[in-house]
Amino acid sequence: MAQVTLRNLVKDYDQTPAVRGIDLDIADKEFVVLVGPSGCGKTTTLRMIAGLEDITDGEILIGGDVVNDVPPKDRDIAMVFQNYALYPHMTVHENMSFGLRLKKLPKDEIARRVTAVAGILGIGELLDRKPKQLSGGQRQRVAMGRAIVRNPKVFLFDEPLSNLDAKLRVHMRTEIKKVHQKVRTTTVYVTHDQVEAMTLADRVVVMNAGRIEQAGAPNDLYHRPATLFVAGFIGSPAMNITGCALEETAGALRVRLNGEVSFPVPAERTARYRAYAGQRRLLFGLRPEHLTEMRPHSVANQCPFEVTPEVTEPLGMETLVFFNVNGTEMCARTNPAANAQPGVRTRLLADLNQMHLIDEASGRVL
Amino acid sequence: MSASLRKERRSALVWSYAFLVVFAVIFLTPPLYMFITSLKTSAEISAATLPWWVFHPTLDNYSALLTSEAYLTFFRNSAVVSLAVVAITMAISIPAAFSLSRMRFWGSGALATGVFLTYLIPETLLFIPLFKIFAFVQDWTGIELMNHWWVLIVIFPTLTVPFCTWIMIGYFASIPKELDEAALIDGAGYFQVLTRIFLPVALPGVIAATIFAFTVSWADFLYPMAFATSIDQMVLPAGIVSTLIKGDVFNWGQIMTAALLGAAPPLIIYAFLMDYYIAGLTAGATKG
Repeated sequence: MAQVTLRNLVKDYDQTPAVRGIDLDIADKEFVVLVGPSGCGKTTTLRMIAGLEDITDGEILIGGDVVNDVPPKDRDIAMVFQNYALYPHMTVHENMSFGLRLKKLPKDEIARRVTAVAGILGIGELLDRKPKQLSGGQRQRVAMGRAIVRNPKVFLFDEPLSNLDAKLRVHMRTEIKKVHQKVRTTTVYVTHDQVEAMTLADRVVVMNAGRIEQAGAPNDLYHRPATLFVAGFIGSPAMNITGCALEETAGALRVRLNGEVSFPVPAERTARYRAYAGQRRLLFGLRPEHLTEMRPHSVANQCPFEVTPEVTEPLGMETLVFFNVNGTEMCARTNPAANAQPGVRTRLLADLNQMHLIDEASGRVL
Repeated sequence: MSASLRKERRSALVWSYAFLVVFAVIFLTPPLYMFITSLKTSAEISAATLPWWVFHPTLDNYSALLTSEAYLTFFRNSAVVSLAVVAITMAISIPAAFSLSRMRFWGSGALATGVFLTYLIPETLLFIPLFKIFAFVQDWTGIELMNHWWVLIVIFPTLTVPFCTWIMIGYFASIPKELDEAALIDGAGYFQVLTRIFLPVALPGVIAATIFAFTVSWADFLYPMAFATSIDQMVLPAGIVSTLIKGDVFNWGQIMTAALLGAAPPLIIYAFLMDYYIAGLTAGATKG
């Protein structure tokens, strides 16, 4: 059993705050991904859990024990680094068994564990090689093997895939997920790549400027972002967000993007949004997949409008259509068969069941 | 490769070889001259024959030296001093370089700079103050430091430790920080990080420092000349000059032979460890 608990965790570097009070409960066997732009404090948080950074304030608990002043080697954790940090003078076998040898485990026990883990990761053939003789993906596997073989309470991953090329990254992502399904150890994983976060995590923790913006299951974050930052950060292509005004006429609400484009707000949201009608600074958010070509069957709250595409990007299974509203570039994901052309006025369909209304001042999704 | 590039490469090669030849001649002429002279009798040396050829080769100089008790004493003193200095230097420099390059503590930056500045002070400025210190030590403790060969074991580290520490700080600093962090998480303490990760990974740097410490303590002239004055307390460089020059009589044959034999141990060490030495020095150069 190894849950990890962070209580009001704070880290200052010479008066500059890096982490400004993080509260997080990570359940046993849970795979949690900390994601955010560079400088958001995610790696610092991970390094504090590892014991590689001192804590300015707050508490870290691993398996129920406060470990603030426990050195890394006594925290029973394993970490995979961005540059793998394999010991260059040791073979793969020696790299993986280093921790076990330091613990003075019996030789046959060490050999048994290394062989078993090498089997899981498919690196049994490489045990006698030096890190220099391995490819990036193989090094990545060895680094993971070195972590797994120690059978620690918690795995910590610090952007482990960012040194790999795009294709290998996708492959290793799947590998990591498979390994976690087999080994089921509590995992904290740091990345700046929101796709990696979404695909791997049981729970994604979005961080920004040293604070947690939102924590939740991948689909929750995607469909119900709590803040403007999360709405813009999660999802690719990113959510379309543009300024709007909320108008009330005869009990019904409309969002007006500009003089030309306005949409009716779905009736079931009227009560939720009414208080904000007439307020000045609101943002309208709608994901690209909820802006499509016209479809033959009309669904409630899907509303057509006309745009002039500036650029179209055919991707094969869909065509991205970019157009401009209020000076903001917006993106729609359309069926290639609709054959949208740049400069040719086109009708698109906005699915307002999926709309978001954001208070610009507080950044909160309403 | 285009024609012009090939031509450029050609002229670069020609110049490289020209300079290499010039420097090889400059640096190899003295040892060659020493070798030739060591095979001559005193009579042939003083005779006005061609200095670059031996007409009556003899090994008399070698046999005289190798049976001379004084010379063998110099050799033994030099060997003991140099090995002891290397051991002491490494015992101080390695932990010092490790802590200065890795553990951030109050004043560590100033200390690292201080180590380097210490290296910049020439020994010619230090040997008179050292006399003063020796006298002071003798007044207070009664231990006589003057005129003992072993006092060099205490003095030479003042030359070797700063440079060796500095070169290894540079080398240790080039080891990625994640490597020690990985080891710390794997369960190693700082001492194990040093012995099981840093020393093997930085081996070329350690060897470069070792060679430097050995060469300095083997070849230094001023301190032995100043601090060990009786014949039985001398080391090689001072001993050769003191015993083989009697008044204004220079025993050139034996001087050259003694110098040649004295130069052999560092030469042999260089030959075996040259690759490591170069790798160590260049790493220190780019990262330090």
